[in-house]
Amino acid sequence: MKNFLQKIPEQVKRLSVLLLVVVIVFIVATSLLTPKDFGLVGHYRAGAIQNNADKKMQYAGQEVCADCHDDIWKTKNSGYHKNLSCEVCHGPSFNHVNEPDQFKPEKPRDRIFCPVCHEFNPSRPTGFPQILSASHNPRRICVTCHNPHNPTPPQTPKECSACHAEISSAKSVSSHMDIPCTKCHEASEKHKLRPREYLPTKPANREFCGQCHSQDAKGDEFIPRISMATHEPRYVCWQCHYPHLPEAL
Amino acid sequence: MENKIIETDKKVERRSFLKKFAILALAPIAFGFLGASDKLKTVKKWMLQNGYIPSNHKWGMGIDISKCIGCGRCAVACKNENNVPKEPFFFRTWVERYRIYEDGDIQVDSPNGSIDGFENTRTTNKKMLRSFFVPKICNHCDNPPCVQVCPVGATFKGEDGVVLVDSDYCVGCRYCIQACPYGARFLHPETHTAEKCTFCYHRIVQDKLPACVEVCPTQARVFGELNKKSSPLVRFLRMNKIGILKPSLNTEPKVYYANLDMEVK
Repeated sequence: MKNFLQKIPEQVKRLSVLLLVVVIVFIVATSLLTPKDFGLVGHYRAGAIQNNADKKMQYAGQEVCADCHDDIWKTKNSGYHKNLSCEVCHGPSFNHVNEPDQFKPEKPRDRIFCPVCHEFNPSRPTGFPQILSASHNPRRICVTCHNPHNPTPPQTPKECSACHAEISSAKSVSSHMDIPCTKCHEASEKHKLRPREYLPTKPANREFCGQCHSQDAKGDEFIPRISMATHEPRYVCWQCHYPHLPEAL
Repeated sequence: MENKIIETDKKVERRSFLKKFAILALAPIAFGFLGASDKLKTVKKWMLQNGYIPSNHKWGMGIDISKCIGCGRCAVACKNENNVPKEPFFFRTWVERYRIYEDGDIQVDSPNGSIDGFENTRTTNKKMLRSFFVPKICNHCDNPPCVQVCPVGATFKGEDGVVLVDSDYCVGCRYCIQACPYGARFLHPETHTAEKCTFCYHRIVQDKLPACVEVCPTQARVFGELNKKSSPLVRFLRMNKIGILKPSLNTEPKVYYANLDMEVK
């Protein structure tokens, strides 16, 4: 044995000692540095599964909404939006489920939100209901005509716009958009059959416009007011203002 | 005679020495095994506590191209659910618009990952042949290149087939980001660790759908088990013509596309 050890060259001895030290350091280091749960179920830290599962939820899921809002839930599920989850429009509402009074979900009411899905885009699948928001009642908020929980298109009388499309599209972008045609014009049923024989009525005097626009008129504050006595009394209103688009002067 | 006795004594000594040595050497390994099985028990116990055992599941997703309207709600929901940075270049899921022209030219774009919608402006006068939206997401490959390249074992395919990232263990070397053929990974700007879609792991362990599937208004996304015949995903696979992305790479994705166009890469 002694002979054998003596036969080994000095450098090999030193190198093998060094190698042994390296191996021991490696084993100690790996056993200290490797997490204890590493490699239990695979080549990864088993605790990482739990870390990934422990994250906080933001979206509660639509089944939870039905517990309290069952009336809206029923309306929604009977209409075209039945496949929509509540949180598509109302945003992540997990906090609202836990503390209903403190966290209120979003209520998108502007004209930007609905066209996210319903604006015309040639890449969208055929048959999906789409509009051109620039010409589709551009000054109205979508929810005034469409109930978002049951978005059946409202059956508005198309009677006037069927023939007077130009006027109705001009009116739809004006501040007179909410005034129905019948407020200023009285058309008998016969007008539809023989339009040139039975003409609708038209306002005849300044006082008609003054019902809304005179100083003492009742109505909302945002309606512009004029003094009937001093505002160009020699003319009738529609000589200067186009009633279907009064902004165009 | 005397010599012989001494020799046998020596032999016995060597044998007992070897035995003792073997015991000494194997003891720590055996202890290690015992400890490991103990830990395995705790892991399994946790899984049972949550009622979720990964090995009982195999998750996958189906995406129907012909139903996607490109509204980008999935990308918004994903960012909300998973605290993905709001900057327009970090996405766990996003939607691409493909426009294919008559001369074979293909335009692909995804402005802000589809979150702000797609502009309807024409950039060329060429006639469009066809156009559609393709939602993209981590494919949760059965043979994931990102897991292969990870030098520390921080990303892995769990027993339920979901490819996850251990953000405590990730060193942020970005190898996996380079390796992913689908561009589904990014480096989180604050934690400097790799991030990717987890199929909303925290939701699926609680029997909830991933956020993108939950909010998809047209049911273009379907989520479910791959190995249970009753799952909606298996029905989806049965009823549609299925394509996968980059099949030539042999990554075996678990995100299946219905009505997938050949031009989609």
